[in-house]
Amino acid sequence: MARMKFLCDTERCIECNGCVTACNNEHDVPESINRRHVVTLRDGTRGEKSMSVACMHCTDAPCAAVCPVDCFYTTPDGIVLHDKELCIGCGYCFYACPFGAPQFPEKGAFNARSKMDKCTFCAGGPLPDNSAAEYEQYGRNRIAEGKLPLCAEMCSTKALLAGDGNMVSDIYRKRIVNRGGRPDMWRWQTAYEFSDNKE
Amino acid sequence: MKNFTNRWLTRIEDEPVRRKGIDRRSFLRRSGVALGGGALLGMLPPTVVRRATAAEKQNTPQEDVTIEKRRSVCTHCSVGCGVIAEVQNGVWTGQEPDFESPLNLGAHCSKGASVRHHGLGSRRLKHPMKLENGSWKRLSWEQAIDEIGDKLLEIRETSGPDSIFWCGSSKASNEGSYLQRKFAAFWGSNNIDHQARICHSTTVAGVASTWGYGAMTNSYNDMHNSKAMLFVGSNAAEAHPVAMQHILRGKENGAVMIVVDPRYTRTAAHADIFGRLRPGTDVPFIYGLLWHIFKNGWEDKEYIDSRVWAMDDIKAEVENWPPEKVENVTGMSRDRVEEIARTMAENRPGTIVWCMGGTQHHIGNNITRIFCVLQLALGNIGKSGGGANIFRGHDNVQGATDVGPNSHTLPGYYGLSEGAWKHWARVWGVEYQWLRDRFDMSRKYDAGNGEMKYTMNIQGIPVSRWIDGVIESGENLSQQDNFRAVFFQGHACNSQTRGTEMKVALEKLEMVVISDPYPTHMSVMSDRQDGIYLLPTSTQFETYGSVTASNRSLQWREKILEPLYESKPDHVILYLLAKKLGFADELFKNIRIEGEEPLIEDILREINRGTWTIGYTGQSPERLKLQATHRGDFNTTTLLAEGGPCDGEYYGLPWPCWGNPEMKHPGTPILYDPSKPVSEGGLTFRARFGTERNGENLLAEGVYSQGSDIKDGYPEFTGDLLKKLGWWQELSAEEQGSAEGRNWKTDLSGGIQRVAIAHECAPFGNAKARCKVWEYPDPVPLHREPLYTPRYDLAQEYPTYQDRKAFWRLPTRYMSIQEDNHSLKYPLVFTSGRLVEYEGGGGETRSNVWLAKLQPEMFAEINPKDANNAGISHWQYIWLEGAEGGRIKVRAMVTPRVGPGVVWTPFHFGGWFQGKDLGDKYPDGTAPYVRGEACNTATTYGYDSVTQMQETKATLCRISPA
Repeated sequence: MARMKFLCDTERCIECNGCVTACNNEHDVPESINRRHVVTLRDGTRGEKSMSVACMHCTDAPCAAVCPVDCFYTTPDGIVLHDKELCIGCGYCFYACPFGAPQFPEKGAFNARSKMDKCTFCAGGPLPDNSAAEYEQYGRNRIAEGKLPLCAEMCSTKALLAGDGNMVSDIYRKRIVNRGGRPDMWRWQTAYEFSDNKE
Repeated sequence: MKNFTNRWLTRIEDEPVRRKGIDRRSFLRRSGVALGGGALLGMLPPTVVRRATAAEKQNTPQEDVTIEKRRSVCTHCSVGCGVIAEVQNGVWTGQEPDFESPLNLGAHCSKGASVRHHGLGSRRLKHPMKLENGSWKRLSWEQAIDEIGDKLLEIRETSGPDSIFWCGSSKASNEGSYLQRKFAAFWGSNNIDHQARICHSTTVAGVASTWGYGAMTNSYNDMHNSKAMLFVGSNAAEAHPVAMQHILRGKENGAVMIVVDPRYTRTAAHADIFGRLRPGTDVPFIYGLLWHIFKNGWEDKEYIDSRVWAMDDIKAEVENWPPEKVENVTGMSRDRVEEIARTMAENRPGTIVWCMGGTQHHIGNNITRIFCVLQLALGNIGKSGGGANIFRGHDNVQGATDVGPNSHTLPGYYGLSEGAWKHWARVWGVEYQWLRDRFDMSRKYDAGNGEMKYTMNIQGIPVSRWIDGVIESGENLSQQDNFRAVFFQGHACNSQTRGTEMKVALEKLEMVVISDPYPTHMSVMSDRQDGIYLLPTSTQFETYGSVTASNRSLQWREKILEPLYESKPDHVILYLLAKKLGFADELFKNIRIEGEEPLIEDILREINRGTWTIGYTGQSPERLKLQATHRGDFNTTTLLAEGGPCDGEYYGLPWPCWGNPEMKHPGTPILYDPSKPVSEGGLTFRARFGTERNGENLLAEGVYSQGSDIKDGYPEFTGDLLKKLGWWQELSAEEQGSAEGRNWKTDLSGGIQRVAIAHECAPFGNAKARCKVWEYPDPVPLHREPLYTPRYDLAQEYPTYQDRKAFWRLPTRYMSIQEDNHSLKYPLVFTSGRLVEYEGGGGETRSNVWLAKLQPEMFAEINPKDANNAGISHWQYIWLEGAEGGRIKVRAMVTPRVGPGVVWTPFHFGGWFQGKDLGDKYPDGTAPYVRGEACNTATTYGYDSVTQMQETKATLCRISPA
């Protein structure tokens, strides 16, 4: 059985927000939510790196571990989903998640958190596949149509990969080999400091 | 760096809530379902169950409704990403990646991934409107066309046809933009222009005058083959994101990536080598590279001897630029300059990429030419992996430049001479005399350089200067009267400089017509109370036609939706207006009209019949449609179809696609590449400048394209040359009739081109590229400091030009501005650029909720040193005042991305003016979600010495806490 994974190749990510927008488009998420977002480290200086982050569909998902109403479930492909009917909006999953994947639309009673929403790996939710009801609650179910998450399918530079973990790893491995270990591997520039910090 | 304020969130929430997200009512409803099923739902009072609004129902994917897939091309940048739209019952409900497209392979940036929002259209202009007594009134199309037409005719009667400024668009299709140019010609004026003026006009002029054509020589895909890539003033990661897919693949294939920019951009973050450049010092930088190249003998001597003229003149100028000089002027360390020179020399073929950073200067034509000279010195032009890869801006700026609304030429770069007009009169099927009489023939005007001409033969006032056409004194203009009205079809105004003066111009005009899907900044930035017309115009997704990507490939767009609300496509609006103005029959003589819509295919066929100069003749609608269907057959590095019905063709039949469609030329994927026969896409340098100069041979020596029957340089082909060569008999009788006394550009049968290519010769000749352009103000490219420079000392050493009296019909200032030391009051360099989420003037993208949420506020990037000097902390409001007094209120983004002494802003914002939010001035429901200051409210005077390009990349400002 395939085990679904995301991998964002930071050597290719250019922070274009294509993944973020593809997701917002495909699922019509509420305006205050971004299921996927791009994190940039060292913005504006040497060493700037960006990475697209959403739910990582952890094997041992901390969100599922802490949920007081047990609304999470993992599909046979390793996709972590939840049931919005059961969700009480307590926010524990948000505290537990290392990636900040769970989001809340702030539209509940008394402007409280309301039902948690997160990346579904484009696999919808517990409602019938590709039904209008499923779309309304969870967004589209591309996996049921034999497609992959739209964020990865539309990534401008093919930085974001999604699919069977083995296949994704293989693609990434080939890239590493092609790059000859650049930019981190030692070569004459690192050794001789010819590229000094003077610009 | 994303900061959300409550105020912004409120703006978004003012929109009708859509079915996504849970509000209290739908929560109750659903809990009812969970408890016991639909029966309970039926029992709840109707007010609790909120009905979906029409807008909400519209775009939800429907179960059990057939999905039609339609293919178009993204309407944002020039990469030309394929878009697959899923349409159900005429509603655009989904987007799928276009994996088969060889240009993007399914990829999109945020803008491409958001295009379905065009089908939602929440902030679109919905019906024609008119500003009357300060409020927007709805009109019918008939009323609008009537009133506008009457006013235009009245102005024509009293002030002549040159008193209207028509602004066309690089977002129109090839057919739409071509029609815009033709429309102006039939109206009787050259006062029509488009975004290319302020984008790559200096590129087209500089590059074409070097080797024949002014377009991108290779392609994005071809960069897989580069061994070095030099980006000067190009931030591809934000301006051409999907191009980065190809660039990074090239890097992974071993290319060294070099980025030279005033900012450490997102592109620089992927570079192997970064050099920080002071804005406006591109020419010294390149001379700095050439200094090392010539000193070390790294130049390609054989290439230069056979294919380049006047490199010795460049060598002479290089002597003026030793390393210490270059370091002083550019601010880049001499070690870095040497490193870059060595890298380019040791890693060939290498390519150079430039965008606005190189073009938007008053010496832009010098800069673009010296970029070309660098590549000629290294022998990189005409090779796969090499080239001058000029990344164009808008989705169809290439096409609109090629065949569309330019004030200095008719379609196809034929110019405005009598010969050019006669050529097009023949193609259009109208009498030259009739066309001539449409123009102001009352007297001749000052065409500059001491010549007097009729306005028919004088370059029109360009879009960079339209405001001066309004506010300059009438007697200083080389036309009868000032502009009294403007008609902007698909062009923003906040992308042009001098916003404070633009406001004055807008208030002086008698009528302003905006034909656009969105109201744009122009509708609100002035204090006009009357006389602004808004015509809802359809996007390219609501029509169909061809579009030309930056690599010269033409793609066919299918229609995805019917025009939303009451919008009409460009060509339909022009038809209605032409009818009102009385020249529709002539304008559409050879173009069928169906209802009120001119047939797009007929327009392309007319382009095919007339555009011989750049080979827009082979790309018929049929060939393009076939390629679109079989686009998956094309190799994604070479762009060559491998098998299938398009076998042997290049994707998009990149121009020049010689001869008529029956000849089935495959297109030219890499310009000036002699390694292939011309019939298979090979090419030589164009013989455009004569065969000799001062006794020196300008034709190629000993170099020719593969299989050429002439094994040396040769001039451009004429009927007479065919006779001399003994090839005249190869023309059919009909072709001979057409070719007699004509040349490869004016022979409408295409016979001259066909026979030349049958002998594997390029119809336009085989010459040397030239490093010295004797027609230009600086024949050898020189450095001149920006008009507003922070280095007044250097302005004495490298001064600008003298003021000119009549240049593109207008007085144009240079020295009278630079002679004062503006840096005393305005010490910081002010430059601007792009964000990945927005595009152009931003009226469209800031009205797209998915994009708007990513960039909610206008800001200025300020180096921590300058921020501390001014007492400014991160994200507070500041006033940024430009050197001519325009002020903008923006957030301060304190970041080391910009170097000390340089302030940078994005240019996409609009809807504010000097601190005031103009949101309430938009017609109801059309204000963009995100509004902010237009940076060009604070920019300044400065125009290129050949093309009137605006000097946006290097001016001055000062900042203070607000």
